[in-house]
Amino acid sequence: MLGFELSFIWAGIIAFAVLVYVILDGFDLGVGLLFPLTKDEKERNVMMNSVAPIWDGNETWLVLGGGGLFAVFPLAYAVVMPALYMPIILMLLGLVFRGVAFEYRWRTKRWKGTWDIAFFGGSLMASLCQGIALGALVQGIEVENRAYSGGWWDWLTPFTLLTGLAVTVGYAMLGATWLNMKLEGRIQAHMRRLAWPFAIATVVFMAAVSLWTPFLRYVYFERWFTWPSMGFSFVVPVLVGLCVLGLFRGLQAQRDVQPFLCALSLFVLGFIGIGISFHPYIVPGALTIEEAAAPESSLWFTLVGTLVLIPMILAYTAYAYWVFRGKIDPDEGYH
Amino acid sequence: MLDGYSAEILARVQFAFTISFHIIFPAFSIGLASFLAVLNARWLWTRDETFLILFKYWVKIFAIAFGMGVVSGIVMSYQFGTNWAVFSDKAGPVIGPLMAYEVLTAFFLEAGFLGIMLFGRERVGEALHMFATGMVAFGTLISATWILSVNSWMQTPAGFSMNELGQFIPEDWWKIVFNPSFPYRLTHMVLAAFLTTALVVGAVGALHLLRDRADKPARRMFSMAMWMLVLVTPLQIAAGDFHGINTLEHQPAKVMAMEGHFDSHPDGAPLILFGLPNQAEKRVDYAVEIPKLSSLILKHDLNAPLAGLDTIPDEDEPPVAIVFFSFRVMVGLGFAMLGLGIWGLIARARGRLFDAPMLWRASMVMGPMGFVAVLAGWITTEVGRQPFTVYGLLRTSDSLSPVAAPAVAASLIAFIIVYFFVFGAGTYYILRLMNKPIKPVSDAPMMDDGPTRTAGTTPAAQVQDKHEDKGMT
Repeated sequence: MLGFELSFIWAGIIAFAVLVYVILDGFDLGVGLLFPLTKDEKERNVMMNSVAPIWDGNETWLVLGGGGLFAVFPLAYAVVMPALYMPIILMLLGLVFRGVAFEYRWRTKRWKGTWDIAFFGGSLMASLCQGIALGALVQGIEVENRAYSGGWWDWLTPFTLLTGLAVTVGYAMLGATWLNMKLEGRIQAHMRRLAWPFAIATVVFMAAVSLWTPFLRYVYFERWFTWPSMGFSFVVPVLVGLCVLGLFRGLQAQRDVQPFLCALSLFVLGFIGIGISFHPYIVPGALTIEEAAAPESSLWFTLVGTLVLIPMILAYTAYAYWVFRGKIDPDEGYH
Repeated sequence: MLDGYSAEILARVQFAFTISFHIIFPAFSIGLASFLAVLNARWLWTRDETFLILFKYWVKIFAIAFGMGVVSGIVMSYQFGTNWAVFSDKAGPVIGPLMAYEVLTAFFLEAGFLGIMLFGRERVGEALHMFATGMVAFGTLISATWILSVNSWMQTPAGFSMNELGQFIPEDWWKIVFNPSFPYRLTHMVLAAFLTTALVVGAVGALHLLRDRADKPARRMFSMAMWMLVLVTPLQIAAGDFHGINTLEHQPAKVMAMEGHFDSHPDGAPLILFGLPNQAEKRVDYAVEIPKLSSLILKHDLNAPLAGLDTIPDEDEPPVAIVFFSFRVMVGLGFAMLGLGIWGLIARARGRLFDAPMLWRASMVMGPMGFVAVLAGWITTEVGRQPFTVYGLLRTSDSLSPVAAPAVAASLIAFIIVYFFVFGAGTYYILRLMNKPIKPVSDAPMMDDGPTRTAGTTPAAQVQDKHEDKGMT
């Protein structure tokens, strides 16, 4: 009984880590996605400097998502990773290019353009692959005898391509609203203008994915369109509507912070929506949270430290954000 | 291109390749982070600008190395699942939590304070900046602790039981974390990281001394590196000896392969200095040996009996030649480091540390050798663990994901191309930074390559201060 509850606490923690990853690395991947739409090198410099001190911490949540899954749901980790082999490897390679660009582009004049392209391309590859991986998970993974038993291209379907594009467009929206918040002058106005089409596209993609998902599996359909769960579930679309309204109003009124917060909230709500569909599965259609959980001794050992450490991490991460608060000074940087 | 290879061998090559690339960067950034913390602390303490100049010089190099370590490390955190899913399912309950703790206690700490360390000196004040620098250094050491615990558990598993599914179930976390080989392995690795950094710092100092022997920051870093080398190398050799004895107790087959002992020696085993291990014929060809020395080193007794690989079933033998050679490379380089350290000490005693072009050149040659020794050491210990992933309990061939060989081959080729391109570029940028003249604190604009001092014109004696004459830097 206790083990049962413990595994659900853990599912909550992992979901939290993944959510934090998505909203934090989401906006700095978005900054990379917006690189080709800039006017000149100076604009790209200041865009990158807006995330340079914090991107590393943002990305660490991805490692916690993967590492946490390995620690407390080893079976889910062992099943999902081979199933998503190619999108995961491509995402990792994208993150390699993108991550080194933060340092490399300051170290060369001649190759600066190349590392700008690497930063954009890596961000694009990582965003697309994360969306595709999400879609592949939602549409389900075949499992037999504690191992992945599907084919090598199962992850590539019209649905996963749709989720790939949805996540990418959504990250670009996050990036544009972040830059609207952090920058000033021409580049800020430019990013505010760019936020519009990306926000509209995000809403359209969210709607498309939401309407498609219930027809992938009957369980999902039941969650959203049958009483009584429908009563709770439909709070989500209502809140989404409010956030969209807040986002557009904020952009119109040229506010700094409001559009970014509304954009983040959209992601949180989308994430909650996926959670509603998933529950109680960790690998939909194949493994429940309880089935995939590690032995109780592993769950306890990890939980004790996690409950102490996560608040500390959140505290010093918040401090780091506080240190670098406010608009970016275009001439700042340690380079 | 890679047709005909099994998924298992390709996955092993891929793991070996990605982790070998990865280990280079932590080995450097562990030592460099501590070096930076020391430089920053001494700047705050003494207000001697040389320390601040050195901090600003090395922090740029650190940022690049750290970035490469981060991105190659993210790859590692997913590699267990993509290519070694069965291993993940079975050993995950034990090693997964240790790796989760590494993320929670080390990675977040490093990442959270790295931004402040790099960009925050003017924003947070000196005390908090020092704190951030210390936290980054502390984070690298915590990270090493957890990952060495994981690796040691795979070498000398303890504190678990096994269930009917073949999963390792944790029973006693104390025994798991502090498993029998952990203290030796951790000490050996951290000292290796310090030595690796000292060799690089020494080489860069030597390079700048060769150009301008009066350059004060260059003198200071060269002197610090030489102290580090002469003090730490003997410790490292002792730690290695203890580690070897521990390995003999827990992983005898690995030591047999390291020593090239195909046959048992009931009354004192010889030390094979060189030779060509021939696993098929089970002998070492062209062996040059010193009688009974192996028994003396491993058992501290000339006539102690030592068992050989003839006591191990064929299917449990590690690949002897790789382990045999990589071990010799590591040990040989260890003694070369000791030699360099002693040479530096003698030069210092004679007051000629900053007037020793031969020593400087030797230091430059030795600059990258820490990395070679670290890699050789890891090859020795990891290949020596074969054919098991969890020593004696879980075979490598039973650890693999249900992946098809073409998928592993394709990703392997992609990793090779991307890594050589990306990390090749990073190494080039680091080398170029090392080659630049050391700038005064005034902080020249970032892309300014112009020399900030003229090189090699001032005679050494004129600018030597008394403090440095005694080598007390």
